[in-house]
Amino acid sequence: MINLTINGLDVSVEEGTTVLEAARFFGFPIPTLCHNDGLTPLGACRLCVVEIGEEPGTNLVSSCTYPAEEGLKVRTASERVIRSRKMILELLLASCPQSKIIQDLAAAHNVKTQRFKQEYEDCILCGLCVRMCTEQMMAKAIGFSGRGENRRIGTPFDIKSDVCRLCGACMYICPACQLRCTYTEPEKAICGACANLSPPCLEKEGFNDMMCYMSPCVACEIKKD
Amino acid sequence: MNNENILKILEKNNGNQGGLISVLEEIQTVYGYLPEDALRIVADRTDNSLVDIFGVATFYKAFSLKPRGKHIIMACLGTACHVRGAPKVVDEFEQQLGIKAGETTLDKEFTLETVNCLGACALGPTVVVDGHYFSHATLSKVKGIIKNTLEGLDTIDIKTDKRVFPVEASCSVCNHSLTDSTYLIDGYPSICVTVSFGRKKGWLRLSSLYGSLNFASEHEVPPDSLSHYFCPYCRKELLSISNCPECGEPMAAMWVYDGFTMHVCTRGGCKGHMLDLNQTSGNLLDALFRTDR
Ligand code: FES
Ligand code: FES
Repeated sequence: MINLTINGLDVSVEEGTTVLEAARFFGFPIPTLCHNDGLTPLGACRLCVVEIGEEPGTNLVSSCTYPAEEGLKVRTASERVIRSRKMILELLLASCPQSKIIQDLAAAHNVKTQRFKQEYEDCILCGLCVRMCTEQMMAKAIGFSGRGENRRIGTPFDIKSDVCRLCGACMYICPACQLRCTYTEPEKAICGACANLSPPCLEKEGFNDMMCYMSPCVACEIKKD
Repeated sequence: MNNENILKILEKNNGNQGGLISVLEEIQTVYGYLPEDALRIVADRTDNSLVDIFGVATFYKAFSLKPRGKHIIMACLGTACHVRGAPKVVDEFEQQLGIKAGETTLDKEFTLETVNCLGACALGPTVVVDGHYFSHATLSKVKGIIKNTLEGLDTIDIKTDKRVFPVEASCSVCNHSLTDSTYLIDGYPSICVTVSFGRKKGWLRLSSLYGSLNFASEHEVPPDSLSHYFCPYCRKELLSISNCPECGEPMAAMWVYDGFTMHVCTRGGCKGHMLDLNQTSGNLLDALFRTDR
């Protein structure tokens, strides 16, 4: 067993547990985007940052990839952590505002502005689909290619892969291509069949100055009438 | 595409875990790029999946998935070269060749690539063509670089180049001298051997200047064909245990001086050649050992 302190609470966990798993087990929420319990952690989105160590000289690490260590001091909601989490969300919004998951996360963390150049990427390179395809579907049909700003996810040579079984698991797990529901009439904001009738932003204070790229947005339409 | 080539390369790197990059490098040396079929064969024969191979092949700038031109122009756009006006030089290349960076001219002569630092920042803007460095590249030099390349960068000035020197070659089996003073190449007696390629057999005379690539041949040797070299006296094949450092094909060996072996690549058009001390001294030891017994 390994003893560590999470937010001042002394806990002990089994060896090989990650900080994220430990924190969640003891009831400290940490938001994640590229983490999934059935897949190996990749540490791509950095949303799960926590602060480790003691002042001065603390470090920000991604908790989903950081193994619990003996005597480790972890803070999951310090000022610095919140600040960087918001920054990460702003950056995610800047690249992929159409994702419902990112919008919800931003709303839940009270992110109201986005100060960067607005882009509309289809992919945030979280690698969930790649890991899903390799680890759960055992297909290895898609993977990363290129590097730097040319890094992409796709099939080799961008043609239909021989090993793809069209299982759809990659689309199921993708946080970016889960668009809001438009039912049969895309122009109409409220489709009526969507489960997202009370999105988290509605309950927030100062809802009116909240930045949102969902246009039209189900929640706003509801609020109007 | 020749599957055997690829299988050979794979065999050579067999058992070498993590040898993917060297396999890809060798494939690229043979074909000049990484053909799709070749990558599929590699995926079939090794533990690596096609996605992983594709990922590696696209990650490194040294690999190309598209056929490239005969000459590869690498213009540096690294920081040091950038501030010294490299972007203008690249523009000029693009205009002169009529292509964009990363493309190949229609006649397949040139491929223009940009790189981030060639490690020669003090000489910037740096342009490397087929391994030849051009320093302080300016707009006005671009035309000259292209012209030089078309004329051939590898032509050596035999009179003045210190790397060129005459050698006396002899058969690596019977030690008979191969020098033929009736036939001069580069003004020196030539080295005469018998070669066979395909169904043809005939003489081949090489320049006895080590480093000069001039030769004369009874039949025209088609590029890329492999020939066998024989001693005209004992008729044994001049086998070498080394493979060509440039293209990986087998080489032919001849003895020069005491204890040196000269290896020349047997692939038509390949310039690979080397001098090697160890192998013959090995042979010599071997021979001594045998006489001892
Ligand atoms: S969840 Fe940890 S980095 Fe994405
Ligand atoms: S920046 Fe061009 S060689 Fe270093």
